[in-house]
Amino acid sequence: MSYQHQHAAHCESGTAANLLRHHGATITEPMAFGIAAGLSFAYLPFVRINGLPLIAYRMLPKAILKGAAKPFGTQFRFEKFRSVEDGQRRLDELLASGQIVGLQTSVFWLPYFPESMRFHFNAHNLVVYGKEGDDYLIGDPVAEEPQRCATADLNRARFAKGALAPQGLLYYPITPAYDNVKPEAIRPAIRTTARNMLAPVPIIGVRGIRMLARRIAKLDPKDAMSSPFIGHVVRMQEEIGTGGAGFRFIYAAFLQEARDITGIAALGECSERLMEIGDAWRDVALAAARMVKGRDALDPPAIAALLMQQAASEEAFFRALGKTV
Amino acid sequence: MKLDEVPQDNNRTLGGYRKAMYARDESGRMVMTPSNGWEVEEIVTTQAIDTLQAQADAARQRIQAGQSAPLEYWIYARRMDIEMLAQVTGLWRWRIRRHLRPAVFARLSPALLARYADALGLTPDQISRLPEQP
Repeated sequence: MSYQHQHAAHCESGTAANLLRHHGATITEPMAFGIAAGLSFAYLPFVRINGLPLIAYRMLPKAILKGAAKPFGTQFRFEKFRSVEDGQRRLDELLASGQIVGLQTSVFWLPYFPESMRFHFNAHNLVVYGKEGDDYLIGDPVAEEPQRCATADLNRARFAKGALAPQGLLYYPITPAYDNVKPEAIRPAIRTTARNMLAPVPIIGVRGIRMLARRIAKLDPKDAMSSPFIGHVVRMQEEIGTGGAGFRFIYAAFLQEARDITGIAALGECSERLMEIGDAWRDVALAAARMVKGRDALDPPAIAALLMQQAASEEAFFRALGKTV
Repeated sequence: MKLDEVPQDNNRTLGGYRKAMYARDESGRMVMTPSNGWEVEEIVTTQAIDTLQAQADAARQRIQAGQSAPLEYWIYARRMDIEMLAQVTGLWRWRIRRHLRPAVFARLSPALLARYADALGLTPDQISRLPEQP
């Protein structure tokens, strides 16, 4: 069967869904994201990227791949490599045998990426579905159309070094045992997300949002790094493939599907409520961008107050969500 | 966000790409739809790039004043910083900082020069001088 590329909002949930679908599973991107309990929030001030802290609205890399395969009674096989030669040989071998392969890569070294989006982020995911001459045929979930990438460039992107170095990681699913997500698989996934968001850890979930808010409240409006800090939060929330509002909209889409599969009507109401919370995240982003652009005066406490509100609505939301399942 | 509220602001930073967004259609169903950008995203992406550009420009001035080696310019021009370059090359940060002193840089071994050049995806010759002013 030839590979059907499908556009997605987020690289890992898109890759997971596209690969599993290729193997006969019925799965959408939101389902892959939700069933893997991909939604989260993490503020990691001690991990710095270009001098700015790591802020994530999702779980760690690979968590979505692993979690999305599980309800289908299967798993992904992961392979890492010590050398570029071994990594390329194995990829070529799998492609020659007709396998469709997922890869973890750097974004910076992919030439087909838009210039302004090429930062040193090493946990991008994409699908390779063939090779023609020196070019790999690539289904990059965040691109609408299939792409091509020369061998040397793809090798470079697969073996980029630094934080989250992919080490040539490739993966492919073992043939799924079931082709549909069963209702029993949905409840634990939702419970896990509710628990993660309410975790008693200061840098995770709702408490992580509050900690970030307190950090922002302390920014000095006259300090040259204050505006980039606030802009960075918005980038992590909106720009880097989250489907809008830091994955809240994707998760709302998952909750609708979850309602249809389980028949729990309350999940539909939860979805509505999360869409509203997502809209409020978009308002935070808008207010922040106006300050970055200089249309409004830089006012860190105002952004902090908005984030505190988000923390409060999400705390109430995830408590209610946990109770529905 | 409703389907007709999905921004289509033609972001320059997307280079013609469209990104997938999730929004609700008239029946209340969440669906995926392409967006050619939101101005908010363009503002913060441009800011991130401009911040690196400003660092590269500041490095250029130090280099022209003889206070730093051209390698420093290329670190920022390739969207890295010293911390990241240290991770990529496996060299200590203090060692990289020392190598940025023009006198020390001039005496770098070809092996070290190649290590830096490889990390930045450039040739040893390129990282040894500044590019022409744009």
